[in-house]
Amino acid sequence: MHYAPILKPAGACRVPPQLADYETVCREFSWEQVRAGFAGLPNGAGFNLAHEAVDRHAASALREHVALHCLGRDGASTVLTYGELRVQTNRFANVLRGLGVGRGDRVFALTGRVPALYIAALGTLKKTSVFCPLFSAFGPEPIYQRLQRGDARVLVTTSELYHGKVAPLRDRLPSLQHVLLVDGLPMETHGPGVASLPALMDAASPDFTIPPTAPEDMALLHFTSGTTGMPKGAVHVHEAALMHYATGRYVLDLHPDDVFWCTADPGWVTGTSYGILAPLLHGVTNLVDEADFDAERWLRTLAEKRVSVWYTAPTAIRRLMRLPGEPRSRFDLSALRLIHSVGEPLNPEAVVWGERALGLPIHDNWWQTETGGIMIANFASMEIRPGSMGRPVPGVEAAVVRRTPRGVEVVDAPGVEGELALRPGWPSMFRGYLHEEERYRRCFADGWYLTGDLARRDAGGYFWFVGRSGDIIKTAGHMVGPFEVESALMEHPAVAEAGVIGKPDPVIGELVKAFISLKPGMEPGEALRRELLGFGRKRLGSAVAPKEIEFQRHLPRTRSGKIMRRLLKARELGLPAGDTSTLERED
Amino acid sequence: MTEDDVRQAIVNGLAEIAPECDPGALRGTDPIRRTLDIDSYDFLSLLIGLHERLGVDIPEADYGRLGTLDEMVAYVVERVAKVER
Repeated sequence: MHYAPILKPAGACRVPPQLADYETVCREFSWEQVRAGFAGLPNGAGFNLAHEAVDRHAASALREHVALHCLGRDGASTVLTYGELRVQTNRFANVLRGLGVGRGDRVFALTGRVPALYIAALGTLKKTSVFCPLFSAFGPEPIYQRLQRGDARVLVTTSELYHGKVAPLRDRLPSLQHVLLVDGLPMETHGPGVASLPALMDAASPDFTIPPTAPEDMALLHFTSGTTGMPKGAVHVHEAALMHYATGRYVLDLHPDDVFWCTADPGWVTGTSYGILAPLLHGVTNLVDEADFDAERWLRTLAEKRVSVWYTAPTAIRRLMRLPGEPRSRFDLSALRLIHSVGEPLNPEAVVWGERALGLPIHDNWWQTETGGIMIANFASMEIRPGSMGRPVPGVEAAVVRRTPRGVEVVDAPGVEGELALRPGWPSMFRGYLHEEERYRRCFADGWYLTGDLARRDAGGYFWFVGRSGDIIKTAGHMVGPFEVESALMEHPAVAEAGVIGKPDPVIGELVKAFISLKPGMEPGEALRRELLGFGRKRLGSAVAPKEIEFQRHLPRTRSGKIMRRLLKARELGLPAGDTSTLERED
Repeated sequence: MTEDDVRQAIVNGLAEIAPECDPGALRGTDPIRRTLDIDSYDFLSLLIGLHERLGVDIPEADYGRLGTLDEMVAYVVERVAKVER
């Protein structure tokens, strides 16, 4: 079915968009200009992300303006002004100082979306340490892999998560020196290397001077999954702030009085770049909800908290589409001005549903952990082509390329599929995969960063997502690496081999499905299937574990012994298997 | 259908999704999702499964009222009563 473009006649926007004319802004745009808009550290001490996101505003008329509005699971809420956020993040930076944690040391967080998470993130940046958030629904194995690969020195977490998932790993993590419990009772002793964060915060000074910070100093570490191998840590620097700010302005279209709500968890890059940094860099009010998805709660939140700009994900939108009728007839969504979506391509039905049911079309955009910020977007002032990811943001050069034996060549003709590539140089580009220089180098060719996503560009300059070039699984907007899942399943004594794929699902895009062959003498059956399902969940957690398991006598392999996930997927979809000439055996 | 039947159906549904958990350890007032590591997709599967097993319609709009085993049992029992009436 063809969906007509959603036009945006001049004057259609209630508030004039920050990007009024795309071509003009792109032509006149320069990163130097964005940089010039920032204060920088006092006395020329450099450029620090947290200074720009917090202290700069706390020293201005925004001091009493609400920076963070955190809704608790139980209905309680915590409000922090920019002035208060400055004090809290200063205290956290002093806690790190007291522990001897310094420049470049990795501070991990494993909590729900509670105020302490946001304070820890920004306090870590002030101390010039490196913040690395983990999703709290990870099981022990993904947590271990990331803490270990990221050289975690500090972990901010809750008592429940610590005792349930981390304490048993402690022997294998010698570099993890300090565990700070956000709910640790001050008067209790928590064991060696474990402390109450509230107690340390109370004792810490509210004053802190940010040490000299170079724009290229490492600031954030985000783990992302690959097709092969274990997760890799994408390194981002303080100067990424320029990208967060520019996209906050031109894509999210933030204005001073906005209430902004990004529904992503900081454990995924969207929840950090846009769930913490972009709104604070703009000095607007950032709404945070600790609770998990709940359709009615979300709509009530949009209405009651007067959210004006909303950044969410296709999975959530498709759940809202299950509600009967049109939410806007039951909820006052009059404050809402703009809706954005990211995580996977938003199906055109959902874009159009937004217009009818919420009163606003949904603007899809595209980026990755490695890009650190939005790269391609549908803009408030421009027509939406439903199903398209939009056009490159100002300051970003994107192209469709084809890999050749010598490198890559750009495909100029419209409508031709190829790999989506970006010209390096935008400030939030990842600066490396931690400890994996070779893996990083392989992402670049002939002056392009190769994204691994397949796309085409239409004659109007809009990009359309076609597919992924690897076996990576995108489930509920999150990347899951098949290798990580296979490795965990292989540890079960009954499992001979495992092949993991993404099975298409109407709500979450893809679900993780594992094909398993058993060791000789083991019989497949319902009891074993359930045992393996539980085994996966215990190790990997609900966010990563397979939702479906199927036994197969033999898994298809290449002659070199690699399991052919592509073929497993083709069979699952009932598609022709394609080239099977390299197969060793088939069942 | 008795309240016990409904409770058993829910516990069976949970055991299918999270077989590693001991359903007996879940108290009636525990938050199901956090206690058993049930994500948004799992929760949807659970409620769709209940719909198929018990024939009760559970609209998405009501999911937020079904946070604990007790809440879920009470809700389903009431729904079943309505259907039977």
